[in-house]
Amino acid sequence: MDYERIKEKLSILADAAKYDVSCSSSGSKRKNTSNGLGDSSGMGICHSYTEDGRCVSLLKILLTNHCIFDCAYCVTRKSNDIKRAAFKVQEVVDLTINFYRRNYIEGLFLSSGIFKDADYTMERLIQVAKKLRLEENFNGYIHLKSIPGASDELMREAGLYADRLSVNIEIPTKSGLKLLAPDKKHEDFIKPMEKVKNEIIQYKQESKLIKSTPKYAPAGQSTQMIVGASGESDRDIMYSATFFYKKYNMKRVYYSGYVPVTNDSRLPAMGSQVPLLRENRLYQTDWLLRFYDFDVRELLNEDHLNLDLEVDPKLSWALRNRHLFPVDVNRVDKHLLLRVPGIGLKSVNKILLARKFRKLNWEHLKNIGIAMNRAKYFITCDSREFEVIEPSSEYLKNVILSTSSGKFRKDISSQLSLF
Amino acid sequence: MEQQVVLSYDGSLEGFLSCVFATYEEKLKVAEILPPGKNMQELFSEAREIITDPEKAKRVWSSLKKKTSAAGLRDVKYAFLSEIDGIEKQLLAMIRYIIAEDAPVDRDFSHPSVLKVAQAAKKVGREKHRMEAFVRFRLTRDAIYFAAIEPDFNVLPLIKNHFRSRYADQKWIIYDLKRNFGLAYDLQNVNFITMDLDPAIGISGAPEAYFHTSEISFQKLWNQYFSSTNIKSRANEKLHVQHLPKRYWKYLTEKNLPEK
Repeated sequence: MDYERIKEKLSILADAAKYDVSCSSSGSKRKNTSNGLGDSSGMGICHSYTEDGRCVSLLKILLTNHCIFDCAYCVTRKSNDIKRAAFKVQEVVDLTINFYRRNYIEGLFLSSGIFKDADYTMERLIQVAKKLRLEENFNGYIHLKSIPGASDELMREAGLYADRLSVNIEIPTKSGLKLLAPDKKHEDFIKPMEKVKNEIIQYKQESKLIKSTPKYAPAGQSTQMIVGASGESDRDIMYSATFFYKKYNMKRVYYSGYVPVTNDSRLPAMGSQVPLLRENRLYQTDWLLRFYDFDVRELLNEDHLNLDLEVDPKLSWALRNRHLFPVDVNRVDKHLLLRVPGIGLKSVNKILLARKFRKLNWEHLKNIGIAMNRAKYFITCDSREFEVIEPSSEYLKNVILSTSSGKFRKDISSQLSLF
Repeated sequence: MEQQVVLSYDGSLEGFLSCVFATYEEKLKVAEILPPGKNMQELFSEAREIITDPEKAKRVWSSLKKKTSAAGLRDVKYAFLSEIDGIEKQLLAMIRYIIAEDAPVDRDFSHPSVLKVAQAAKKVGREKHRMEAFVRFRLTRDAIYFAAIEPDFNVLPLIKNHFRSRYADQKWIIYDLKRNFGLAYDLQNVNFITMDLDPAIGISGAPEAYFHTSEISFQKLWNQYFSSTNIKSRANEKLHVQHLPKRYWKYLTEKNLPEK
């Protein structure tokens, strides 16, 4: 192995792959049954964290950053003057295996610039996965990118070796896509997604009857949207996300605050701030939809096109729906308990278990670990003391803001002072 | 006032369960239960040494098992491995509470000992997970993947199965330097071992006396990957350290850049 050459390629092709935020390595059911290498049946593991605080779970690289497309938001676009490189199939296999054996990674996340055409690129990605599975007896996690426009036959084959497949929709609106990625067609994204969805459904049905049906993308598929590149509202983004969750049974939709990589009049200028706070609020909303029984229309609608940056979306919703509160934690049903600001999923389950034994008071709730500084205005419990005040929501919001701290608070106050 | 006793035992789970047995058999009021190496705090208590009796331990465990959920039993095991000062007494209180009540109460988090045990178990679970994440194998000259660790809690018994099923086709050793024992997998079984390690072998790095010539190259490749995958315009030192507490950096190849 020529370590120096590989190192150079690695620096170029990891650098180009890093804007893909997915790092999930969970949800697969691939067991190490053959005394081979690797097992991805458990929960995902983050083996390290980069200095930007993101988890490192998979070896995330491009096969090549040569690309025939010229999407404005993308660092590897054709017209960008950057160093280009390409891995050989065997090089990616060797890197993956050697990193995995040292417990650096959970597996491989392989994406690629599009060289020649979609099918040619997709075939190369599949070759890597196939080699890992069949020649190296590798049971670690493999996430392959579905190349927009790839044929159904290749998508079928990809799912036989990969745990997860993903196509990044990148731009949440069709008009934005037309503006920023004129070479790409919306249908090209949808086609592989549709195929993967149908294959997964078929696999689930067949495997019920025939146990030995080969696994098809057991960790499902995901997609990603760039936030803040094309002037879309939070509502546009979350409605698209909901569409993909429902229509294509997505496991995850990722939101990626746009990092300026180019000077282009269609995009935010180089050096402008990455919208980290907005990205954070979108993820919080995503969680409310997936785990907290919220409907997207309750959080974002005609009257609320964008999320409140100052407070989290659940608190924001609760402040708009004061008539539902306070609720008695000892009696309220799970659905509404999930909606109390400052009470998370784990606390909800602890409360439901604990209240079978005795009525809970403030002390109990504090020990369980709920965020009292927000929750106390929305609940009552087995105590005569509670925050009886009925102030306006605006006032209450200020009280909560002034009695709590937030990691983005500094950013907001500087953002607000602009107005 | 009734005389309180301080029990000492051999530090094993069976030994602890034997203590629990003794509290029932002899109707003891317990001030403390101490593993080896910890000293009595109570001045006015009688000290008693409890001899480990597997039979008695088994009886306690099986009656506990009847009334406890899988999650509750797991918490008891995990909390015990925490080696936190005084955890034995919390465990005793929890076990007595569970056995005394007719209804299952092992998930009653409004009971102080149940909550304390659950919290200790959570810490141990977190440490277990971190060891599964941050253990870094280094390939030795004799083709064994070797890792040295110093975990806060005694998690080696808990991570055994994880590594067994994951690295079934390579020989490996994970050694707990703090407690001086390790796990060794020989392609067939995982065994507990103790050995005399040269301190030069270290937790990171690849001294040539011990490690394969390719080892340092892969560490360098990994370091390259680690720095290339970082997005500088999103730098977030606080979050970085929150996820990757500094006390774990010593394990990480990417935090201990090789010189050459």
